[in-house]
Amino acid sequence: MIHYTATRLLSLTLSLVAASLVVFAVVEVIPGDPAAYMLGLNAAPEAVEALRDELGLTGSLAERYFSWAGGMLRGDFGTSFTYRVPVADLVAQRLWVSVPLAIFALVLSTLIALPVGMLAAARRGRATDYGIMGATQLGIAVPNFWFAMLLVVLLAITWPIFPAGGFPGWDAGFWPALKALTLPAVALALPQASILARVMRSALIETLGQDYIRTARAKGLTEGQAIRNHGMRNAMIPVLTIIGLQFSFLLAGAIIIEKVFFLPGLGLLIFQGITQRDLVVVESVVMLLVFAVILVTFLVDLAYAAVDPRLRHGR
Amino acid sequence: MIALDGVSLGIGGQPILHNVSLRIDAGKVLGLVGESGSGKSMTALSVMRLLPEAATLTGQISLEGRDLTALSERQMCAVRGADVGMIFQEPMTALNPVQSIGDQVAETLLVHGAAGRAEAARIARERLTRVGMSPDRFPLDRFPHELSGGQRQRVCIALAIALRPKLLIADEPTTALDVTTQAKILELIRELVREEGMGCLLISHDLAVVAQMSDRIAVMKSGEVVEHGPTSDVLEQMQHPYTRALFEASRHQPNRTHERNGDPLLEVREAVRDYPLKRARLFGPRPSFRAVDGVSLTIQRGESLGLVGESGCGKSTLTRAILGLEPLQDGSILLDGKPVTPEMPADLRRRMQVVFQDPYGSFNPRHRVRRLLAEPFHLTGRPADMEARLVEALESVGLAPSDLEKFPHEFSGGQRQRIAIARALVARPDLIVLDEAVSALDVSIRAQILDLLVELQARHGLTYLFISHDLTVVRAVTDRVLVMRAGRIVESGETEAVFAAPRNPYTQALLAAAPVLPAA
Repeated sequence: MIHYTATRLLSLTLSLVAASLVVFAVVEVIPGDPAAYMLGLNAAPEAVEALRDELGLTGSLAERYFSWAGGMLRGDFGTSFTYRVPVADLVAQRLWVSVPLAIFALVLSTLIALPVGMLAAARRGRATDYGIMGATQLGIAVPNFWFAMLLVVLLAITWPIFPAGGFPGWDAGFWPALKALTLPAVALALPQASILARVMRSALIETLGQDYIRTARAKGLTEGQAIRNHGMRNAMIPVLTIIGLQFSFLLAGAIIIEKVFFLPGLGLLIFQGITQRDLVVVESVVMLLVFAVILVTFLVDLAYAAVDPRLRHGR
Repeated sequence: MIALDGVSLGIGGQPILHNVSLRIDAGKVLGLVGESGSGKSMTALSVMRLLPEAATLTGQISLEGRDLTALSERQMCAVRGADVGMIFQEPMTALNPVQSIGDQVAETLLVHGAAGRAEAARIARERLTRVGMSPDRFPLDRFPHELSGGQRQRVCIALAIALRPKLLIADEPTTALDVTTQAKILELIRELVREEGMGCLLISHDLAVVAQMSDRIAVMKSGEVVEHGPTSDVLEQMQHPYTRALFEASRHQPNRTHERNGDPLLEVREAVRDYPLKRARLFGPRPSFRAVDGVSLTIQRGESLGLVGESGCGKSTLTRAILGLEPLQDGSILLDGKPVTPEMPADLRRRMQVVFQDPYGSFNPRHRVRRLLAEPFHLTGRPADMEARLVEALESVGLAPSDLEKFPHEFSGGQRQRIAIARALVARPDLIVLDEAVSALDVSIRAQILDLLVELQARHGLTYLFISHDLTVVRAVTDRVLVMRAGRIVESGETEAVFAAPRNPYTQALLAAAPVLPAA
């Protein structure tokens, strides 16, 4: 297990270094001068020169990389060109919206998908299964913003239970904040749950054909007991993989939902950063997302090992 | 004690079993033999009522006076594992890979509410000890992947007998195991049946195993029991012609007239083959495993050489090196004096062909026979008379030219093995490596394929390297035999001499463990 964790940690670190080089390089290879690009066509040469200085674009390539990467490690992400505040503060604010939203959506999606997938697998080939497969097909096909609008119409306007948008901040109290995140989380969760339920179903059906399920039945387990005690854990590897991918996606991919519900999240920050040519923000947020994805992958790897002893024992 | 009376089974309207009647007494073994598809396993699954949903079961299956066919699914769950235990063919996959062996044995007790957690663990410990898996050597928290096939089958037996069932069903329990392991598992089953007074239904395709183990024998064919009686009676009288045919096929001896001519075709000199293993530590040195350890052998032109050994002895690794698929770390292999390596010229490669155990697995299911047979022409380029050669190869293995247009799934297992042999013949090789080529076949089909191989050898002057774990087959068709163990050849000699008087203790153990059919 120590060997396994150490290998994963090493690969995590290497991926992070590789990613930072790529992100750095992308900004470097943008044709022309980043400062001139950020200021636009009509900028005064003095202003461009000042910005170059501010962005740390002077010095050799290696110097610039190490000062940028070193800053990141210390938590110094540079200063946003448009907002004129440290990017670290900007990102931190947004993370307080995006991370809870992503976790909320993921928990919802998992709570919906696992039982639904199990039910479909247990009733495979029967009406319940076809019903679930049809519903999840719809859930994947329909875009999440459409669910979002539907939810707003139903649960914010017709029956005003939840706010239609905006975010009061966690200072306003836990429940109001959670309430503001509920509809976006549901809208995000539905397509994800549909995908996850299908993965759960097919992974379970695959394990149900295995010899050890037959052994379990020969021991006297009912079909349901065999699925719960023996099928589930063996079906978890593909399910964990998808959950890991979904978290990474939800963290930054919620942009349209953030737009629909006026949520100040990471997705919108990147979007604004790109449209306003704020390369410092884009570079930092992209790096942060890369870090989040790699971290989640690492956690999923650890979860694999927890589920499957064959990985723990290094085989 | 348990009796099947007029049991018939249909699945989706397709008749599977017809009027099967059997009786199994306490403390006795009933051996059920038959070829694949004869309904042996379906009979067992009918007793367990673990049948597909579309199945319709009629007749009576009475266990100590209770008719199992009349029980509800819930009542059946209480019977399975408690009154009837079952073990299966594939110990490698029969256990849940993510649950410890102790938990899997204890589960039998827990689902039946027979014991609390602590008590279940205690009984699991005791039962595992009984099957030879004592917890001081195999702690309860071991996982299946840490055990060998034989050890896993012992765990399967422990969980099947945890509640001391009245009947133990063993469906091909040793088919996937090596002979020495098989002998030990069979011995264990026999002891348990005697000690615990269980009845045992032993299902096997192997007549020798059944003859050696059973008090009574039932012979099945196409869903019917054609002969049923005490073992000695069945073996002596063989009233049904099918029983006789089965016995004859089991000890079939092809009529070999072909002569070897003496000059060496393939020479292996001091071959060494290492496999890199996983690093034990992150930056530690990479350990390696020596699978073939200084093997030397010569195959003469026109000869049949047998290579026997148990799984993991290195025979498959040696085979891959001989076929020039993997490089040697030391030593050399020469075919007709030319070095065999992964980079050898195509024409040299053409001269060695291989037939594997599972022809279905080695055929692309989306290709027609025409394309499958023509595959070796990648090595030589398509000859002008390709069509004629394909037809000739197909006819020489007893198939029709019209079969060229068919797909692999349209053939039976025996026919597919014929196609695999035809594919080897198409290239007009000198040497054919038969890697467990008849191991998956039923005895009657096996006899036909062995005859075919002997006939083809005489007709085309072929040389065979015959790799098998099945000693009976090797004895029937080879001139010389090599016994391999842990990467080394431990004994070699003329087949009859080695079988009649083995000198190496390992060969002696191997021969002693192999079940033998009593002489007719």
